[in-house]
Amino acid sequence: MKLSGGDLLMRALRDEGVKFIFGYPGGAALHIYDSIFKQKACEHILVRHEQGATHAADGYSRATGKPGVALVTSGPGATNAITGLATAYMDSIPLVVISGQVQSHLIGTDSFQETDMIGISRPIVKHSFIVQNTQDIPRIVQEAFHIATTGRPGPVVIDIPKDKTDPSKLYEYKRAKEISLRSYQPRVLPHPGQIKKASKKILSAERPVIYAGGGVILGNAHKELISLNKLLKAPVTNTLMGLGAYPAKDKYFMGMLGMHGTYQANMAMHNADVIIAIGARFDDRITNTPSMFAPNAKIVHIDVDPASISKIINADIPIVGQVKESLLALIKEIKRSKIKIDSEALDNWNIQISQWREQHGLDHDLYLSKIKSSMIAPQVVVQELYHATQGNAFVTSDVGQHQMFVAQYYHFNKPRRWINSGGLGTMGFGLPAAMGVKLAFPKQEVVCVTGEGSIQMCIQELSTCLQYNLPIKIININNEALGMVRQWQDMNYGGRHSASTYSDSLPDFVKLAQSYGHVGMKVTKQSQLKNTLEKAFAMKDRLVFIDVYVDPNEHVYPMLVAPNGSMKDMWIKKNTKA
Amino acid sequence: MKRIISILIENKPGALARVVGLFHQRGYNIETLNVGPVFDGSYSRMTVTTRGSENDVEQITKQINKIIDVIKVADLTEGDHHEYEFIMVKFKQSAKIQKILKGLNGKIHEKEKDAIVMSAWGSSSDIEVAIRAIGKANLLEIARSGSIGLHEGEKVLKI
Ligand SMILES: Cc1ncc(C[n+]2csc(CCOP(=O)(O)OP(=O)(O)O)c2C)c(N)n1
Ligand SMILES: [Mg+2]
Repeated sequence: MKLSGGDLLMRALRDEGVKFIFGYPGGAALHIYDSIFKQKACEHILVRHEQGATHAADGYSRATGKPGVALVTSGPGATNAITGLATAYMDSIPLVVISGQVQSHLIGTDSFQETDMIGISRPIVKHSFIVQNTQDIPRIVQEAFHIATTGRPGPVVIDIPKDKTDPSKLYEYKRAKEISLRSYQPRVLPHPGQIKKASKKILSAERPVIYAGGGVILGNAHKELISLNKLLKAPVTNTLMGLGAYPAKDKYFMGMLGMHGTYQANMAMHNADVIIAIGARFDDRITNTPSMFAPNAKIVHIDVDPASISKIINADIPIVGQVKESLLALIKEIKRSKIKIDSEALDNWNIQISQWREQHGLDHDLYLSKIKSSMIAPQVVVQELYHATQGNAFVTSDVGQHQMFVAQYYHFNKPRRWINSGGLGTMGFGLPAAMGVKLAFPKQEVVCVTGEGSIQMCIQELSTCLQYNLPIKIININNEALGMVRQWQDMNYGGRHSASTYSDSLPDFVKLAQSYGHVGMKVTKQSQLKNTLEKAFAMKDRLVFIDVYVDPNEHVYPMLVAPNGSMKDMWIKKNTKA
Repeated sequence: MKRIISILIENKPGALARVVGLFHQRGYNIETLNVGPVFDGSYSRMTVTTRGSENDVEQITKQINKIIDVIKVADLTEGDHHEYEFIMVKFKQSAKIQKILKGLNGKIHEKEKDAIVMSAWGSSSDIEVAIRAIGKANLLEIARSGSIGLHEGEKVLKI
C-alpha cells in the first residue's frame, strides 16, 4: 500500500515504538495532523504552548529512557520549540522534534510563517534533517531516532516542508533493517590499557571520590556504579543531573556537589587524591575556579563523549566509552588484578568525611526542630514532601531556590526520579515535564516542585492536564519573589532587589487552579503543612495545586564562594564562610 | 599557533554551515576556509586554518568530530605535511607586483592596458609575505583560495 508523506511519518513513528506525540497544530503541519487523526498507535497530546510540548517530551524521556517526540508547525511554532530543544541539548536528552515547514518552493521567500528552523536550531541540536524527498521520510525518521538515542544522546530536528506531506502524493513505505551511517559510529568501547591504568590508580588511592553525573543515568549504568563501589568503598557524590544514579540512602553517599553541594561533598572533592569522574563534565557550577580545582587529585574520567574529557579539567587517565561498558570493564579488571584497596586509609578518609558532615552538613531533621515555627522554611516543605511520598515520587522541578532545596533534601534512591533542567536552567520546565512523566507512569506519584516565578512561565499547561486527566501534584514554594535572583542581590548587590519581587501582583493560585478545573490548596502556617500534603496526596485522581507560603528570607546554603574560590570555599550560612 | 585542520564531510545541504557555525559557537576563529567535493562527490574535503593552543585545537577537532555529517578530521599541523594557498591578483601595470608574483609560481592570465590579472601559489606564509610586499599601490583586487594541505608520505585522510 502506498502512503502520503504524513502517513509515512506516522507509520515510521509507530515502528519506532512512539506512544505519545506532544504537539500543537498549524498550517504547515496540517497534513500531518490529518494523518494523526487517521491512526491509533500514537496518542497526540495537545499542549497549550510549543515550549510545553518540548518539555513534556523531554520529561517523558528522562523518566522512561525512551526518546520523546514533539510536533510543531512552522514559524512561531518552531521558534516556540527552541527553549525546549536547548534544554534537552544541554542535558543530553534524546528528543525528536518534528517541525512543519512552508512549501519547498516558498522557502527563502519570506513567506507566511517561514522560519529557517534548521538554521536557528543548529547550535542546540545533535543533528537536524530537512526532508527533500517524501520517500525519504521513513529513513530520516529511523536515522533521527538512531542519532538521538545513541552515543551521547541529544535532540534531533526533522523539518518537513508542507508539500512533502501532500495527501495526494503516495509512496511505498520502506524500513531499513539496520541503520549505519559512515559518518557516525557511536559505539565506543573503553580501551583495555586505560582501564588497567585506571584500576591501578584507583586501587592505590587513599582519598578517592566518585563523582558521578547524568551520564550514569543516561547510560543506564547505576547498577554498575553500585557494584563498583561495593569493591571500592569510596565516598560518592552526584551532580545535580546525577541525583539518583547512586542511592542517597547508601552510607557512602555524600549528597550533591558543586555550587549548592553539601559541605562534605565539596570538601572531599577538594581534598581528594583520586577523583573518578563518571558521566560528568566538570561544569563551571561544579569546579568553581578551574585552576584551583582539587589541587592534589589525579583525575580518572569516563565519558562517552571524548569532547567532554579534558575540556575544563585535564584528565590524567581518560577513558572514552559507554559508561556501562566502561564500569563493567573496570570492575572486571579490579577483580582480576587482586590488588587490595587501602582499607585503613579509606577508613580514615570516610571518618574525615563524617566529621565534615557533622560540622556543616545539611540538617535532614529540620522538619522536627521547626515544627513550632511560625514561618514555613522551604527546606521543611521538601522534607515533608519526602516523607509524604516515602521518597518514591517522580519529582520534577523548575529553576531557583526551590530546585536546589529539592536536590539537597529529597533523597533520590533510584535513577530517573529527579527530573530537572540542570544545564540550561529553564524556568517553566517543571509542569510540562511532569505531564510527560505522568503519561508514562500514570499509576505513580508525580510531583512538580516549583516556585511562583517559574510556574507562571508555563502555567497554561494546567489546561492540558485537565484535558488528559493528569493528576499531578504541584507544590508551589511561594516566597513571593524570584528567590534565587534575590539571594544573589542580597549577597552581591547590597540587598538591592532590582526586578525580583512582585508580592502585590501575584495571582491567587488557589483560584487559578480552580478555574482550570483543578483543586487548589493554600498553606501559610507550618502547622497546616503536613495535613495539607496528606489531604492532597489522598486525592488520587485530581491535580492538586498546593500553594505554600514560605519564609521569603531564606537562602540556599552551602554556596561556593565566587569568583576566585575553590571547592573548599563555601558560604555555609548568611554572612558566614566555613 | 597556526593550525591546519582537514575535514571530510558529507556533501549534504547545511553540512558546511554546521562546521562554520561550530567555530563561532565555541569561540574560535576561522582564518581561511576552503571546501570542495572530492572522489565520487558524495563528500567534500574542507580545510580550515585557525589559531590556538594545543588544547584549543584538540577541543576544536573533537567538537568537529561530533558533527554527525563529519566523516573524518585531522590536524595536519600535528605532523609533517604539505600546505599551499592559491591567489589571484588584479593590478595596474606594476613591475614590482609582477616580480613578486613571478617569484611565487606566478602566471599571467590577462594583460590589458589598465589591468593585469595574475595567479600565484605558495605556502601560506610565502603568500602572506607577498601580500604585504605588494602593498596597496596599484593593487585593484585580490582573492585567496585559503590553505589546502595533505599529510606527507603515505599517511592519508580518506574514507
Ligand atoms: C527562563 C528563565 N529566565 C530567567 C532565569 C533566571 N532565574 C534563575 S532562578 C530565577 C528565579 C526563579 O524564581 P522562582 O521560580 O520563584 O523560584 P525561587 O528561586 O523563588 O525558589 C530566575 C529569574 C531562568 N533560570 N530561566
Ligand atoms: Mg519564588
